[in-house]
Amino acid sequence: MVSETIAKPKGAQPSVRDSRAWRTWYILRSHPSMIVGIFLLAVILFVTVAGPSLVPYKPLKTDPENRLLPPSALHPMGTDAFGRDILSRVVHGARLDLFIAFSVVAIALGIGVAVGMFSGYYGGKVDDVVMRITDVILAFPSFILALAITAILGNSIPNVIIAIAIAYIPYFVRLTRGEVLSAKERDYTEAARCVGNPNWRIIYLHLLPNCLTPALVQATLCLGWAILDASGLAFLGLGIRPPTPEWGVLVSEGSRDIIGGQWWTSFFPGAVIVLTAFAFNLIGDSLRDVTSPTEAVQ
Amino acid sequence: MGSLRRYVLRRLGLALLTLCGVVIVVFIITRILPGNPAAVRVGPYAKPELLAQIEKEMGLDKPLPVQFVNYVAKLARGDMGKSWRTGQPVQRDLGQRLPATLELALAATLIAIVVGLVLGILAALFHNSWFDQVVRIFTIFGASTALFWLALVFIFVFYYRLGWAASPLGRLTVGIEPPARITGMFVVDSLLTGNTVAFKDALHHLALPAFTLAFVVSAPITKIVRAGMLDQLNADYIRTAKTIGVPMGEILWRDALRNAMIPILTTIGIVFGYLMAGNVLVEMIFAWPGIGSYAWMALLNKDFEAIQGFVLLIAAMYVLLNLAIDLLYSVVDPRIRLG
Repeated sequence: MVSETIAKPKGAQPSVRDSRAWRTWYILRSHPSMIVGIFLLAVILFVTVAGPSLVPYKPLKTDPENRLLPPSALHPMGTDAFGRDILSRVVHGARLDLFIAFSVVAIALGIGVAVGMFSGYYGGKVDDVVMRITDVILAFPSFILALAITAILGNSIPNVIIAIAIAYIPYFVRLTRGEVLSAKERDYTEAARCVGNPNWRIIYLHLLPNCLTPALVQATLCLGWAILDASGLAFLGLGIRPPTPEWGVLVSEGSRDIIGGQWWTSFFPGAVIVLTAFAFNLIGDSLRDVTSPTEAVQ
Repeated sequence: MGSLRRYVLRRLGLALLTLCGVVIVVFIITRILPGNPAAVRVGPYAKPELLAQIEKEMGLDKPLPVQFVNYVAKLARGDMGKSWRTGQPVQRDLGQRLPATLELALAATLIAIVVGLVLGILAALFHNSWFDQVVRIFTIFGASTALFWLALVFIFVFYYRLGWAASPLGRLTVGIEPPARITGMFVVDSLLTGNTVAFKDALHHLALPAFTLAFVVSAPITKIVRAGMLDQLNADYIRTAKTIGVPMGEILWRDALRNAMIPILTTIGIVFGYLMAGNVLVEMIFAWPGIGSYAWMALLNKDFEAIQGFVLLIAAMYVLLNLAIDLLYSVVDPRIRLG
């Protein structure tokens, strides 16, 4: 869609220009913020996977002689009140936070898209009920709902994932349902039905691929939200508890040092949270521009 | 006006249905999910008789449907139960603390509106310039900012380092008498009663948490103002106005902004609802005695009736706010109810 509106440069080989890689590059080139987002995310993922074996300190190793050291060459992010190296703790925490974010989105996307597809395709009473249920869930701010569910279920990583996922499901239901409502009236669906495809085949083979894009864009944005919500809960003392090196827990532990002037114990873990959410949001925002040019603001 | 009345009735009905759903969900969350509020309350070493007595007191010994009917009947009388931490009825606790939250939410919304209008309009005027790019990055960054982290950074910079902000410990400096209660919002009350000492101090304490919240919520307002203004500025009637020589300022304020107002108003409504609900984190960090910090204390103390009341209040406010926005729309823009 994007490449059609732009004149092709002279002299380039048509075969190259029409290739998928070229189109991808073209889209990326006109969206520098997506390149920045992908680069940031690549760095974060690299650190998540390789980092724990690269950092010099154990995340839980206390060192009373080196308490609250400011950032230096030995401790690039300083040390906390127990002499633990902040950088090592931040790097070790990455796996947990990203695991939570991806799990939340996998669950919310899976359930949300499935429910949205069926609700939109079959319509009628089922659709009404589903819509009223999403209305009710959306009546709660997602952070408050996740907070209440975690408080009742108890503090554990799976409970945090479930709580946040429940709060996000309605977004995917709504988006997918909207897409299906228009797609099921299209000619290709009608054609598929005319040649005798059963409903499940129409949904799975014809509608799903055509209705997934908005949900996938939303999923990218939700990855960022999930990290903010999970770390926010942990900061409040819900879900993940100290001494687990989770980013929200680290900020919470460090927040006591602020008034003493030791800003680094909470600043760096929090900055990493924001940077990660920023990466996902940059990508999600650009993806939305690319995939729905009519809705996007130029 | 038949269609308007039908629309309003339909919308009211839907809101009522959602509210019923909200009550059911709140009940389910706190009663049916595993976990026994009575057991949590008496602690692990209590005698079984005490546990049974507390269960009876809280009505937990009855079958679930009976519990639900009792719960709804109590709610209908405006009774949200009793907080065992404060020993007061939950609705009274919440009522006392609501003005503090409202004050903070209003202040943050006002700041965010000003920032959003200025940045959004300028970004639309200088479309695709470097300024526009900076504004875009700002809106994405705002949406990615962890409130609790930003609050800490602000406290460090503006309180600890620069000394501009008041100490992050509540609404007034210790020793300063709160103004006579009229609205419960200290800034407003002190102004109404002419209490300048309290006014200055209350404003000083309000500033930092309000700016923290405003930083995050000015992002969506900026985004929607920019989008709306771009739409309008490209419209034919604006071009006509420009050609016949209407001054740019007048075009912006009188024509473009007014026509872009509906989505902007919605966003402001959503933002306000979010601020009333979503600032548990900021209230906790600034020791702001609103409903958010109340909820946090209730969570720490496993004060279930208080949590239940808080969640219910928030959801009800959300539903009513959305209803108000939708109704406002249909009055402002007749095209909507015809659709």
